[in-house]
Amino acid sequence: MTNAGTTTAAVPAPARAARLPRRRGVELSLLVLAVLLSVYGYCAVGLARTGTVPPGAAGYGAGLGVLALCAHIAVRIRAPYADPLPLPIGVLLNGLGLVLIYRLDLETPGDQAAPAQLVWSTLGVGLFIAVVLVLRDHRVLQRYSYVCVVAALALLALPILFPAVNGARIWIRIAGFSIQPGEFAKVLLAVFFAAYLAANRSALAYTGRRLWRLQFPTGRVLGPILTIWLVSVGVLVLERDLGTSLLFFGLFVVLLYVATGRTGWIAVGLLLAVLGAFAVGRLEPHVGGRIEDWLHPFATIEAGQGPNQLSQSLFAFAAGGVLGTGLGLGHSILIGFAAKSDFILATAGEELGLAGLAAIVLLYALLVERGYRAGLALREPFGRLLAVGLASIVALQVFVIAGGVTGLIPLTGMAMPFLAQGGSSVVTNWAIVALLVRVSDSARSQYDGREAP
Amino acid sequence: MAKYIRHACGFCALLLAALLANAARVQVVQSREYDDNPANRRATIARYQQPRGNILVGGEPVTGSVDTGEQLRYERAYEDGPLYAPVTGFSSQKYGTTFLEHTEDGVLSGTDPMLAPLPLWTDATRARNRGGDVVTTLSRRAQEAAYLGLAGRKGAVAAVEPATGRVLALVTSPSYDPSELSGNNEAVSAAWARLNHDPEKPMLNRAVRQSYPPGSTFKVVTAAAALDAGVVTDLDAPTDSPDPYRLPGTTTRLTNEGDGCRNASVRYAFEWSCNTVFAKLGVDVGVRNMAATAQAFGFNDTGLGIPFAVSPSTFDTKVDRAQLALSSIGQYNTRATPLQMAMVAAAVADGGRLRPPYLVERTTRHGGETVTGSGAGPGRQVMRPATAARLKELMAGVVEEGTGTNAAIPGALVGGKTGTAQHGVGNAGVPYAWFVSWAQARNAPEPQVAVAVVVEDASADRGEISGGGDAAPIAREVMRAVLGR
Repeated sequence: MTNAGTTTAAVPAPARAARLPRRRGVELSLLVLAVLLSVYGYCAVGLARTGTVPPGAAGYGAGLGVLALCAHIAVRIRAPYADPLPLPIGVLLNGLGLVLIYRLDLETPGDQAAPAQLVWSTLGVGLFIAVVLVLRDHRVLQRYSYVCVVAALALLALPILFPAVNGARIWIRIAGFSIQPGEFAKVLLAVFFAAYLAANRSALAYTGRRLWRLQFPTGRVLGPILTIWLVSVGVLVLERDLGTSLLFFGLFVVLLYVATGRTGWIAVGLLLAVLGAFAVGRLEPHVGGRIEDWLHPFATIEAGQGPNQLSQSLFAFAAGGVLGTGLGLGHSILIGFAAKSDFILATAGEELGLAGLAAIVLLYALLVERGYRAGLALREPFGRLLAVGLASIVALQVFVIAGGVTGLIPLTGMAMPFLAQGGSSVVTNWAIVALLVRVSDSARSQYDGREAP
Repeated sequence: MAKYIRHACGFCALLLAALLANAARVQVVQSREYDDNPANRRATIARYQQPRGNILVGGEPVTGSVDTGEQLRYERAYEDGPLYAPVTGFSSQKYGTTFLEHTEDGVLSGTDPMLAPLPLWTDATRARNRGGDVVTTLSRRAQEAAYLGLAGRKGAVAAVEPATGRVLALVTSPSYDPSELSGNNEAVSAAWARLNHDPEKPMLNRAVRQSYPPGSTFKVVTAAAALDAGVVTDLDAPTDSPDPYRLPGTTTRLTNEGDGCRNASVRYAFEWSCNTVFAKLGVDVGVRNMAATAQAFGFNDTGLGIPFAVSPSTFDTKVDRAQLALSSIGQYNTRATPLQMAMVAAAVADGGRLRPPYLVERTTRHGGETVTGSGAGPGRQVMRPATAARLKELMAGVVEEGTGTNAAIPGALVGGKTGTAQHGVGNAGVPYAWFVSWAQARNAPEPQVAVAVVVEDASADRGEISGGGDAAPIAREVMRAVLGR
């Protein structure tokens, strides 16, 4: 790791302004490592399944390498001070996801998902490069916060017009492609929340009526925020998307807390969340069923109907044990149709074991931590909140989906960032990494005694 | 704001730590419980992921494996399935395993820890051992001779090597093809239903799992008890036995099939199967000595396994004198499996020593390296050697000039005993034809084979059912197969 202590020092740099280390070499070597690890995984799957190195290994490695190299060059040109970790973490997770999807493709010859995922990953990295090249200062986004929220709400509302898939109304299908607009809405909402809270944080914290021990802000300030909360529950009810609404809600509460420093907001937020979840769990059979499955994962087995997806997922994790069965040697296909998307972590858990799973979770944790660190290093509230928001999106997504498939919390149909099959998700997460790179570049370059490039 | 950012960061760290803690719970603490859940198919998939080891008869496998390419990849195949079914049993993906497939499952499926050349290394790499082979004691020729001899009639044959207890033949008829039950598709379910509802009971292992009244073949045991107890000292002295014999304490009269049984000598009574003489002899010996001898031969033993369990043969020890009289000629509650009667003949042939019968010669790794060898178990003396010698003489007489001449083999010394067992209410059922025997080639130092045959042929006329007529020729062919004549 970089010697982060020097980069986040709260004291201004000495006037002589010794140049900060840019650490682009570190990034490049980590990228090489990430690509090599992915290619190794790809070969390991082939060796385990057929005894030969898969013919596409060289092409896969070259493709991933070229993508990583292009992204790296873009960072070198436009964000030379950026944190060297987010990009390699993104490449490694995305590469590992491709390996896992390719591995699951071998079990379902009629349903190949890896090629499409590769196309989407390319689009994602393209978006990363575009953001890094075009967006020269993240503060520009502040100006478009209302555009963002309108776009986000529109995207969220769009799937209501389309038929439900597997009980949830969160996809739109155009010309054979299925897109999950809610994924894109995440980033847009994070931008809006950050901008709104940065502008109104003192009003939220210090104005309005005082009731008991809580300081209630005026309706004019609180209104838009309550609206967003209602929309998030509305999304859940109409689209049966527990995961996304939970994510929006958590993101909102975290940002509100960071912006105002009021612990009371967290209490209110949790209370509202519990009430909302309880009401929806009662009213929506789809969501109520998920909660039932969580409380009694083996109920369907005892009823003689065979294991459901959650119990199959638990079996898969258990089969992996500490060291895993080895790539390509597990039986996660037993989980069924969602093995490449919602339950892909079960494959990782079975074939890489607790050790591999912990490594993956630590990669996410590192990404989140780098986001928070960039937030701490910045001086202006919008950038801080944006960095915190983006990092929290990653953390909450990982928690909600990984907690769901391991039986920690009720299952929600969400995509594991970078790992899971799903184009919208991959593209969105590359956008998040791009923004983190951009924000961290600003955070570090401000100490370099010169203007940000 | 920095303070709150740190708090939020701590919150996220907490969430991810909770994830890892929960993953450790699932993958380490509770993994065994999840692995053992019957709905978890992983164990089943792993079991059928590799070909099963083989069961060998005469050095050649009588089993095989078929690669189906399905999730449960390898299915069991059988060569001459009906012939070896009472030995191999079946190995079904749907209905489990029976007989050798069941008792030797650890070796055949590769889970037996003995198969691992380097146990710790195998544990660490999670490698599964190739299934080992099970080498049986069966003689292919004896088995085929027995099966051909029965020719689809209901019945069973058991043959053992007297000096060792090696089981040379174990045949039941009618039989079935266990490969019909190997897979897991609809045809397997249909075959299972058909075989289970078949009134001929083809899946019943009549050689070891069905006991019959042994009838006159039990007279070997009665004679052994009488000789050992000293009730009979001279085989050629006339006995004090009436014809018909009134069962003690009843008005029931016991008669004979043939003539000349009144006061007949034991030799004559044995050769011509006089019920009256042996019924009285059993009463004279007494229930204690009769029971002791029968139990020494293996009756009332519930623990016999070869290695799969053999149904116990019974000799009722709580009987009055009339019941004892009937028990002594193999009626009343006396019941024996064909294997049990082969053991009786074997004990006679081997000088009164009984070797526990066994079917598995050794088990080997996939490459042929021996894992465990069984070999002959310690024998036990069930009668005095002198008694055995005189019984051999009696049994040889049956084949030379008595009821068992059909079993004679040129160039070999053959001893036998016929039996025609009454059964059913009022003895209305079609009697079972029995023949127990042993054979010794002229130049051999000791008898090489002991056989028991039972034929329960419902289609034959009642009068034609007889041990000598129906069962003895089958026994002869089995003995010839072993002797190589």
